[in-house]
Amino acid sequence: MSTVPGAVVPGLPTRPGTTRAGRAPRGRLTARARHERNAGLAFVSPWVVGFLVFTAWPILYSLYLSLTDYDVLNDPTFVGLDNYRRMAADPQVRLALWNTLQYTVLQVPLYVVVALALALLLHQAGRARGFFRTAFFVPKMTPPVAVGVLLLMLFNGQYGLVNKVLAVFGIDGPSWTTDPVWIKPGLALVSLWGVGSAVVILLAALQDVPQDLHDAARVDGAGWWRRTWTITLPMISGALFFVTVVNTIAAFQMFTEAYSAYFGAGNSTYSNDAALFYVIYLFREGFQELHMGYASALAWLLFVIIMLVTAVQLLVSRRLVYYEGDQR
Amino acid sequence: MVSRLSVASCTDLCSKEVVVPVHQRQHPRSVARRVPAAAASAAAVALLLGACATGTGGDAQTTDVDFSATPSPGSTLDVMGFGTGDEIGKVRHDRAVEALGIDVKLSEGALDAQAFLSAAASGNPPDLVYADRTQIGTFASRGAILPLSACIDAQGIDTDAYVDSALEQVTFDGEVYGIPEFNQVQVTMANADLLAQAGLDISAVDGSDPDAALAAAEAMTRTDGGKLSVIGFDSKLPEFLPLWAKGRDADLLSADGRTAQLDDPEVVTALEKAVAVYDAQGGFPAVKTYRDSADFFGAGNQFATNVLGAMPMEQWYVNVLNESSPEAPMAFGPFRGTDGEVLAFATGSAWAIPADADDPAAACAYAARMTETDAWMAAAKARADARAADGLVFTGVLTGNEEADAKIRSELVPADAPQPWADAIDAVYAANDHAFALPANPADNEFKQAWQDAVNRVLNGQQEPKEALAQAQQEAQAALDEAWQKWDDEQADGGSADQDAQ
Repeated sequence: MSTVPGAVVPGLPTRPGTTRAGRAPRGRLTARARHERNAGLAFVSPWVVGFLVFTAWPILYSLYLSLTDYDVLNDPTFVGLDNYRRMAADPQVRLALWNTLQYTVLQVPLYVVVALALALLLHQAGRARGFFRTAFFVPKMTPPVAVGVLLLMLFNGQYGLVNKVLAVFGIDGPSWTTDPVWIKPGLALVSLWGVGSAVVILLAALQDVPQDLHDAARVDGAGWWRRTWTITLPMISGALFFVTVVNTIAAFQMFTEAYSAYFGAGNSTYSNDAALFYVIYLFREGFQELHMGYASALAWLLFVIIMLVTAVQLLVSRRLVYYEGDQR
Repeated sequence: MVSRLSVASCTDLCSKEVVVPVHQRQHPRSVARRVPAAAASAAAVALLLGACATGTGGDAQTTDVDFSATPSPGSTLDVMGFGTGDEIGKVRHDRAVEALGIDVKLSEGALDAQAFLSAAASGNPPDLVYADRTQIGTFASRGAILPLSACIDAQGIDTDAYVDSALEQVTFDGEVYGIPEFNQVQVTMANADLLAQAGLDISAVDGSDPDAALAAAEAMTRTDGGKLSVIGFDSKLPEFLPLWAKGRDADLLSADGRTAQLDDPEVVTALEKAVAVYDAQGGFPAVKTYRDSADFFGAGNQFATNVLGAMPMEQWYVNVLNESSPEAPMAFGPFRGTDGEVLAFATGSAWAIPADADDPAAACAYAARMTETDAWMAAAKARADARAADGLVFTGVLTGNEEADAKIRSELVPADAPQPWADAIDAVYAANDHAFALPANPADNEFKQAWQDAVNRVLNGQQEPKEALAQAQQEAQAALDEAWQKWDDEQADGGSADQDAQ
């Protein structure tokens, strides 16, 4: 790790009255160190300014708005914790949270397993790998609104392609788009349309697994499944963890596909409670009913939930995820 | 507002006791240097919060707006939510621009309420918005648009000429806030062959006898391999619940817009009857998935392909059918209530002038030119000529202006239109004469959401009609109470302020 001369490195002890450089008095930087510091700050400043103006400030402001009654047009009126109290008593919040949780529990494992399976297949594909990698990624380029429309067409209970395929196997497919029980499984399945990005990440990780580990295991008589379980998966666990965390956050923020399929222009009056995800409810409150203060409070609750879930995932990952170079 | 925000922010920031670990404690002089910095930062945050929190709503005043001012030649009128996509829009727009001698900048596409309100909140609203009439109450209650009595007087607009229901929709708390235009109404549309095969005529499916409609649905419905192949009758829920309820002489909302009446026993019965039609055909999911798979606008539409028996539908679909499948075996008639009276649930658009618009006088003049009888006649003539050139029947235009409607029908709509289009024209104009609308209110979106969610819960098999509408009643009334309370408080505050000023 390179250090700025004279700078104090966090975590390293310094003797009282001395500096690490041993030249400038404590708390003072040398001219060269100041120059390097200023240059560093100048280089990072575009990002820092952008972050402060377009991310940090809106976050801070939304926290303030969550304590107000604000209809976008008129001045916000400070109402203390009223919005949070209202949230606690709002049955729609509970419904939306429950829907979102169910979808997340359903979608994330499905998505990760399918992505892993496809990546493992692609890894075996030899020279055709490049073509298939592109082929798997291309659907990711489809706008999410179109994916929502696609859902309605593919999963149409009477004449959709999915049920036609199921009928070939003698299975009477469900009403995916209208039956409250099957709406979330339908959305989870259609989310696989964009699995290509995770496949590319996992494929890159697979290609980094040292071949000599496989060779040694093969010499010891380990089969494909054994090598995958004991070598491949641990070696790509970092990438798997990344895909899981990112996809969990995305699942909690599920909006576009469900909104365009069940609440958008194509369904201006029909909707289904089973598709009322948390961010859809937040959008409805903030942008349709103009309760922007309440919507801000809803956003903060989601932020806290996602932060807690991610923290738990990080804790669990300490036991399950291996990073190359770890001393284990 | 700024001072209140400053106090709130300072209270939050200054009241917190910061506990610093012993090994991190610093020299008093260092701390002394940082306290002002922290205070300055807090002040900056408070100022920024206050700056961002400014709004322009709630102070809409019409007294200082001179709607009779002559628009300056060459000035630009900024219009949001209106496009000149067809001859009806284009002819009127060109005519208005020429008459006023101004440039008009159109932001086409349906009005995005959030975009409009954000623009208004930032002090940069358009001069004129073209909104759904159901939005007018919400905009008015938030002070986003101006009352238009002075505009109506200045431009000599004859409000008596407007369709009553259209004018009611833009009248909020006794004051007109919008200039209405267009009227969407429903008529009964049916496949004459399917009706004949079932030994029925259109009176069986026109809403006058819900039990007859149920029997007709059962008679016309067909299944193939366990799947629906012909929809006998589509009640068009959730959107037409107000129509079915009014057919039983029940209104979802009181005339003053303050009291929800969703749990009225007649509304419950109306919903039960309309849902029973779906249940008789295998349930709403079966009907919906089948109709979702159909071609709605093309030559292979449900009527043309004999897969739909009947439904109530807005009049614009008459033109779609006339254009895409003129040979389809259609039958048309008005929708009727259980008392046999013609009935239609009207919707439409309206012009509204934002508070703080740069040029409200030009906006008012433009709205007046767009909705005057001569403008409608010119536009309808262009439409009639275009349809004649295509060999199609001109079925009329419902303008929201009774005078224009009457002239268009008498002068431009063919008196000898071939059947079934002649019946369609009669039904459309009869519906226009008997239209009703939900009154303007400050919580229209919440109210609509409540009853539509209730209907959807029933259609999705999650609740029974009575239970769903009881829940909707509570949700809707809570939203109405809150919104009206705010409005009443603001009016009381405004009245007090006026008295103080005097």
